Amino acid sequence: MPPDASVPRLALTGISKSFPGCRANDGVGLTLMPGEIHALLGENGAGKSTLVKIIYGVLQADSGQMAWDGRPVSIASPAAARRLGIGMVFQHFSLFDSLSVAENIALGLDRPGPMKALVRRIAAVSARYGLALDPDRPVHSLSVGERQRVEIVRCLLGEPRLLIMDEPTSVLTPQEVDGLFAVLRQLAAEGRTILYISHKLDEIRALCGRATVMRAGRVVGSCDPAATTSRAMAEMMIGTGLAVPRRGPQSAPARDTVLELHHLFTTSDDPFAVTLADVALSVRAGEIVGIAGVAGNGQAELLSALSGEARSPDPGMIVIGGVAAGHLGPRARRSLGLAFVPEERLGRGAVPEMSLADNALLSGYGSGGMVRRGLVRFGRARRYAERVIQHFGVATRGHATPARALSGGNLQKFIIGREILQNPRLLIAAQPTWGVDAGAAAQIHQALLDLAQGGTALLIVSQDLDELFTLSDRIAVMHGGRLSATTPVDQTTVEQIGLRMGGIFEERTETDHASS
Amino acid sequence: MDHVTAILVSVLLAAAPLLFAALGELVTEKSGVLNLGVEGMMLVGAVCGFAVTAHSGHAALGILAAALAGMALSALFALLTLVLLANQVATGLALTLFGVGLSALVGKPFVGTPLEKLPDLPLPLLSHLPLLGPLLFDRDPLIYLAALLTLAVGWLLARTRAGLVVRAVGENPEAAHALGYPVRLIRFACILFGGAMAGLGGAYLSLAYTPMWAEDMTAGRGWIALALVVFSTWRPGRLVLGALLFGAFTIAQLHAQALGLAVPPEFLAMLPYLATILVLVLISRDAARIRLNAPAAIGKTFHPDH
Repeated sequence: MPPDASVPRLALTGISKSFPGCRANDGVGLTLMPGEIHALLGENGAGKSTLVKIIYGVLQADSGQMAWDGRPVSIASPAAARRLGIGMVFQHFSLFDSLSVAENIALGLDRPGPMKALVRRIAAVSARYGLALDPDRPVHSLSVGERQRVEIVRCLLGEPRLLIMDEPTSVLTPQEVDGLFAVLRQLAAEGRTILYISHKLDEIRALCGRATVMRAGRVVGSCDPAATTSRAMAEMMIGTGLAVPRRGPQSAPARDTVLELHHLFTTSDDPFAVTLADVALSVRAGEIVGIAGVAGNGQAELLSALSGEARSPDPGMIVIGGVAAGHLGPRARRSLGLAFVPEERLGRGAVPEMSLADNALLSGYGSGGMVRRGLVRFGRARRYAERVIQHFGVATRGHATPARALSGGNLQKFIIGREILQNPRLLIAAQPTWGVDAGAAAQIHQALLDLAQGGTALLIVSQDLDELFTLSDRIAVMHGGRLSATTPVDQTTVEQIGLRMGGIFEERTETDHASS
Repeated sequence: MDHVTAILVSVLLAAAPLLFAALGELVTEKSGVLNLGVEGMMLVGAVCGFAVTAHSGHAALGILAAALAGMALSALFALLTLVLLANQVATGLALTLFGVGLSALVGKPFVGTPLEKLPDLPLPLLSHLPLLGPLLFDRDPLIYLAALLTLAVGWLLARTRAGLVVRAVGENPEAAHALGYPVRLIRFACILFGGAMAGLGGAYLSLAYTPMWAEDMTAGRGWIALALVVFSTWRPGRLVLGALLFGAFTIAQLHAQALGLAVPPEFLAMLPYLATILVLVLISRDAARIRLNAPAAIGKTFHPDH
């Protein structure tokens, strides 16, 4: 550690970076002090990722200066950044599926040493920070949450003096977030600097000492998060007033049940997979039911059982609109009025290389009259895509844009819009606002609330408890492949749900097993 | 040498060119590149090895020339696919066509030229072992080289950091790039290794297996080598097994023809290829094993700037 704590760990001045057709960073200045937890705020596309990639050496700035501990530096590569003491946890995980946890971590270190010693170091760090990991497991068998733990441990093993964390808490329970915050505070107390990127303004207020806000490639302000309201920060970020999702008047009770699950279970050949056991649930028309839980507790299995990607052992286990549907495929279930928003936007919710019009066709062909006698009516598909774009305020040049060119929030608005405009009886959505900026998240939440108001049954699977408490009428918790009974949202608290997500009241032995 | 040993030796010799070529392709594919030009690189290796040996009288020079020739052809492939971002499948197919034509052109004066077979090199002590000695340790130097290279590649891929980086690049080049690994440089090196190995496989045919040059003398072995990589689920140990299996089929059909079985010889000649297809189908049924070992990014062009 440098002796003088008043010299900035990292000071950026006048950083600019242009891509063809877009000025991603425009004269950005940022000063990070030793021992500080500094928030970097901004909507998707505001230039945060570009700035962070420049700091980590993945991209080179067109102009501007960087100073590390007061000395001017240029960071030519991630390896150079790591040598200086810069570590980064990526938002889109930079992991290798077929390699083991230990191999993945070795790849992120410049001198990993022999594998056996590395495995011991991994065990030590994961025990110290409460980040349970099995070094020998292949990464493809891990849940999203577990993958993030791999990234964090990989970073901590490099003994970073500046740790960049890009949306690190989106997959953790409230208790795990508290644990991570304790770790980050401990790291900051050791004199390390933390650059913390998040959309969760409450977290930033709880954790960070300073915040820098970016919009459209420029720094538009900075503030003390503890002394600023979340709303004020959000408005600084998006530049206009923020619409807070509002619920309409409570719908009348005792409507028809649209989705019923009876003793649903699944089996699997994969020894690492979670299997569902005796899941029961019902969702009525006009009602939003939320399912909370830490990633990897059976949500993926439940979702593929619901969407029809995996068939159930018995047709009667899943009843949609009074029809036994457990044996039906996705297409037959859609014709029963099911609409589905998967967790992975690119690759499952949309085909990255295909245009928005073609993507609209993929799930909307049945209801929109876009296919007649096996022939595609492209005019209708284009009009349908345009309708979705206009209705849901998707920022894009038009229906011909490929899906991968959209930011996460815009693509999610498009995918959810595509499903909503089909007038579904039942909408199942997984992580509807994961990695989506505050403005788009508010719009998505409002659209989901409006849909329920119109009489659609909604099932939302999410790890974001604020989201579930904003949207849901009732909440259930998944843990170890089991689903708890639902609790009306006004009769429970975030803390109670959080404890159940950690398996505190049930299945305690299983949690211990998983972390050993 | 008794009759059984003679048959086993012939299986071993038939397997060697496949093992060379497949081992090189395995490393290329592990780095995420699919080079379908193996057949062409083998042919160019075969003709260059033959020509240099015939001119100089030194088999060692010929072997070196074969490896360099295969490498040169693969460098062309690397340039096209890595730097100019051409499609790997199309470029590989073109490379095979190019290799077939080029080797025929270069080899024209050598058709019918006799050449002494690569001499056997009995290893001291080991070659006197009962049974195994005459089978394994009284062979030509290229057989020993193939065995050594198989062990080396297996060890490098599974146990060393260099191998880990190659696997990482083949699995997720974007992530490897983000971590600061030179994806294209690593792939370039793997492609060159694949080319050199294909050249050696070709040289084995024209210098040791049937010491002569004939147009198109690889007879589809480059394609079999490609299939063997999938058969092995990208593991060098299984590759040896696959190469021996294919060698056994080749020898079996020769013996069957010699015995004058009442089966059309054309059908017997088909057997090794049919067996390859059958085995590939059986292997592909186990999706989990493929998923675990197949390089996820294989055949995909990598744009470093995205």
